[in-house]
Amino acid sequence: MPYSVPANPEIQRPVSNTLIVFSVLLALFLNGLPWEGVWLMLRPDFVALVLLYWCTHKPLRVGIGLSWAVGILADVADASLFGQHALAYTLLAFGGVMLHHRLKMFDLRQQTTQVFGILALTYMVYALVHWQVNGYMVWPYFLGCLTSTLLWVPLSIMFQAARQMRVSRDH
Amino acid sequence: MDNTQSFQFFNRGPSPAVRLVFFVVLSLLLLFIDARYRYLESTRSALSVLVSPLQRLATMPGVLWQQAGDFFTTQRSLVEDNKSLHQQHERDAAQLSQLQALQQENQQLRNLLALPQRGELAMQAAEIMYAERDIFKRKVLIDKGADANVQIGQVVMDDAGIVGQITRVYPRLAEVTLITEKDHAVPVQVLRNGLRTILFGAGDTSQLSLRYMPVSSDIQNGDLLVTSGIDGIYPPGIPVAKVVKIERDAAYPFARVTCLPVAGVDKHRHLLILSGLPRLPERPAEEPAAAQNSKTKQKK
Repeated sequence: MPYSVPANPEIQRPVSNTLIVFSVLLALFLNGLPWEGVWLMLRPDFVALVLLYWCTHKPLRVGIGLSWAVGILADVADASLFGQHALAYTLLAFGGVMLHHRLKMFDLRQQTTQVFGILALTYMVYALVHWQVNGYMVWPYFLGCLTSTLLWVPLSIMFQAARQMRVSRDH
Repeated sequence: MDNTQSFQFFNRGPSPAVRLVFFVVLSLLLLFIDARYRYLESTRSALSVLVSPLQRLATMPGVLWQQAGDFFTTQRSLVEDNKSLHQQHERDAAQLSQLQALQQENQQLRNLLALPQRGELAMQAAEIMYAERDIFKRKVLIDKGADANVQIGQVVMDDAGIVGQITRVYPRLAEVTLITEKDHAVPVQVLRNGLRTILFGAGDTSQLSLRYMPVSSDIQNGDLLVTSGIDGIYPPGIPVAKVVKIERDAAYPFARVTCLPVAGVDKHRHLLILSGLPRLPERPAEEPAAAQNSKTKQKK
């Protein structure tokens, strides 16, 4: 089949810049909440999720460059090394942009496995940099990858609703 | 087959692969510069102006929760608190008067022996804004920064003992690395017998460990470790940790000594920053190169 209609019409709905900027800021805010102890281990990476959502749904608006810039801000917020988040989010965005054709064909449940792969890569890169620089690993860190993946479905539904609300308001 | 990649109707700038390589190289370069040379601190504090409103906002839910808790504190718990604090205060006051007498005596003795005086430590109170939200690190951020003349390397303690050290200063915040951070070292002394050693953080738990303690060394469970003050960074005599477990295995040259911090490293909100540490006299001039070489060889 040379060309197929996307199974998911939601992808083509317009989206405002305000929603994109607001969602990224909200994600930075959520990452910045005072998580502690077990909750810190289980904390999903909201910024990665939001970036991945926009990279797969609006790859021409949110791409590798913007993800890199958000990564730098995350580095400042987390006091991690300059470029640590940026590197991870660059790869995340690349994965998202590359996979956005494929994700269109899948329903949310099928998307989750793909998303898990990309997030796992992101987490691994971040941990690898830390391991290279500091020489030790904190394994519970990878739990966050699982919780992030679990959030993909609710997040997608939420964004869908937010975008739909906007469309119905415009008409 | 997917032929959209090679066939472009519209010019959308460089392809994702090119962008990927560009930004990956840029990130790696930044990583290298930051990890090796730390040139980017000014950029970091400039960007922190952008991020810090968001961070302050993120602390709000916690602050509100705390305020709500404060509001609903019952009368009874307040009365009980007040009572125990009063008792504590009376005990402390008695000890303090004794301490003053001892201080006087110590000063006179030091005068007699022509030893340099121990300076009084200036202190500054600070409040923890939030703990580092990075599972890899054991750091907290406090609400005093460059505007309050906080400097890198200053020691942070609570009412019981050493908590950590300032490692990064922002315009209105400062980052404190806790003593439990992996490989964070504090030079200490066993209070009971004056044995000098170095205490290391373990990183993933709130424990500390003494490394390079010979199996035969005189150390017991419950020994209090206080700062030795030899490094010129930590003032001498402040409690740091208590020994809780000693494993002496003849197969290894060193005993495994586990300690717990005395200070509520993970508990308290209010901390003290020590400033104005006594200056150590300058190190003597380097010896001639030849003499030094032979010395280092001897050490090895």
